[in-house]
Amino acid sequence: MKVTSLIFFTALAMLANGVSAEGIKVGMITTLSGGGAGLGVDVRDGFMLAIAQSGRNDIEVVIEDDQRKPDIAVQLADKMIQSEKVDVMTGIIWSNLAMAVVPFSVAQGKFYLSPNAGPSALAGKGCHKNYFNVAWQNDNLHEAAGSYANSEGYVNSFILAPNYPAGQDALTGYKRMYSGKLAGEILTKLGQKDYAAEIAQIRASGADSVFFFLPGGMGISFLKQYANSGVDIPLMGPAFSFDQGILQAVGDAALGVVNTSQWNKDIDNPTNMAFVKTFQAKFGRLPSLYASQGFDTANLLISALETAHPDDADAFRAALEAAEFDSTRGSFAFGPNHHPIQNIYAREVIKEGDIYTNKIIGIALENHSDVYAPECSF
Amino acid sequence: MSIILIIEQVLNGLQFGVMLFLMAAGLTLIFGVMGLINLAHGSLYMIGAFAAAVIAGLTGSFILAIIAAMAAAAIVGALVEMVVIRKLYGSDHLDQVLATFALILIFSEGTRWAFGSFPLFLDIPNYLSGPVTLPGGIKYPLYRLILIGVGLFVAAGLGILISKTRIGIQIRAGENDREMIAALGVDISKLYTIIFALGAALAGLAGALVGAIQSVQVGMGEPVLILAFVVIVIGGIGSIKGALIGALLVGLTDTLGGIFLPELLKLFMDTSTAQTSGSALASMAIYILMGVVLIWRPTGLFGARA
Repeated sequence: MKVTSLIFFTALAMLANGVSAEGIKVGMITTLSGGGAGLGVDVRDGFMLAIAQSGRNDIEVVIEDDQRKPDIAVQLADKMIQSEKVDVMTGIIWSNLAMAVVPFSVAQGKFYLSPNAGPSALAGKGCHKNYFNVAWQNDNLHEAAGSYANSEGYVNSFILAPNYPAGQDALTGYKRMYSGKLAGEILTKLGQKDYAAEIAQIRASGADSVFFFLPGGMGISFLKQYANSGVDIPLMGPAFSFDQGILQAVGDAALGVVNTSQWNKDIDNPTNMAFVKTFQAKFGRLPSLYASQGFDTANLLISALETAHPDDADAFRAALEAAEFDSTRGSFAFGPNHHPIQNIYAREVIKEGDIYTNKIIGIALENHSDVYAPECSF
Repeated sequence: MSIILIIEQVLNGLQFGVMLFLMAAGLTLIFGVMGLINLAHGSLYMIGAFAAAVIAGLTGSFILAIIAAMAAAAIVGALVEMVVIRKLYGSDHLDQVLATFALILIFSEGTRWAFGSFPLFLDIPNYLSGPVTLPGGIKYPLYRLILIGVGLFVAAGLGILISKTRIGIQIRAGENDREMIAALGVDISKLYTIIFALGAALAGLAGALVGAIQSVQVGMGEPVLILAFVVIVIGGIGSIKGALIGALLVGLTDTLGGIFLPELLKLFMDTSTAQTSGSALASMAIYILMGVVLIWRPTGLFGARA
């Protein structure tokens, strides 16, 4: 069960040429087994690809599997801080695990760079000067879906999400931007696999659009059953139900569905083009948004290391805030609460040859920050 | 809330119920006849779904995929019975739970090792997809109707197997007194392997049929396993008839509860509170049902009277 991999880049070369800069140690806690392993694997692969491409051999990455369990994540974080003595932590996928690990780590003076989870509690009053989120605040993609619904002229949406904090936040995020009325609102069971009952309600509701947030296997089930039900009300959702790993399992049922994402493989900039190409060559699959987030996180870290070492916390923090690196999303900047200010795109699921993937069809929100930023003060 | 919506939801409940029955039937036979708690039954469900996804991918035939799912689950089931389970009949339930729990971990990580962490593709064939219009203008997916049909057909087949055939007589005798039928010359260990393989094949069938409308991924079996245990406790351990009635009760309670409880609460609460507490109550509904049944009949609806 326990996957422990130590990737060692020794500092031999540095000693040889007498450069005085010390190496750094990065602790990555992510999900590599159990239900959500696909996400963690992508973040890890994207991150390690960037480290390898940088050619730096003074960055040591310790990777541990949290099995998607908060208690295990906390134990691993403790071990990384106490015995591995890492300088920077990263890797966590799930918000509930982030809530268990991030405050604990930054309180002990470590830097934390989140490649995925962006719970609202860490973006507003609970923000911390050593916590940076490179992906998004959790509400962002849902807000973008609400904004997209307005631009499409939808006025009667049916919305559904699982009954847990991120699901409730998703519906809140959608409603924050969406200006029409609701044909219905359902909270489903977390982990539910059969949506026949919900689809029947959607059919009976007379809605003109459906917004759903059902990550992982839940989304696969919903999309297949929806396509088979004969209901043809347009669907929208955040990218989490449409990432590269999931789409192949959904198949034709996902075609044409609009989803919102801060990244896609066709964003036209040299960094992204090179990233998609090398990732595919190295791992034999297209990268997902999670892989792009892992890649950007590592490049942010590397860019900050060019100017300062984490031991000099103030200088290192300033270097992270400057975010002077080439992101796969194009220009990249942090807001005052260390969360990204970025475009969020509307994408459509298409088929390229035998592969299902996404194509950008427009910008849903431009230079979007999050509503929690004003509550944050370091 | 129109009458059409209610009928549609009843069909959904029935469909969920008969699929639970396929899982519960094997579980209740194994528990009833062999006295064994088999937590790894959910893994057999997963193996069925993975076998179906692989064969459907290779051959493009859904029928072959279903046959492969049953065969793969039955073979794995028989092997597990001969290699691991056979040593556990004399042990107490805690040892059985530990050993079969270990099997869950081995099967899950083994499957991940072989197929990776990403879900596999398995879909309904074209000739079974899309909705059909039922009398009264109800549009209902054809595939789900077929699931109801398959489930009821298997239930009838098992009923005949248990009540009319020689092996059925041996199974019933085994439930009552296994030393006695061994003394009468029945090869009890062969009988156990056959029952285990039969239960496994039904789990594999359920995994493949349900996998086509849900997702085929590691760990898909465990949530179903928990519900299947609820079903056999409600129905009475060892009773096929109990498993069928219990599965339909659980299926209908779960589906209809999820729809009507939030609607009911909306009469005296605001919409979002009603939605949250309604869905929370609905997820408890089947356990409340189990509690009520156990108070009324401590051995389940069709369990042997103590």
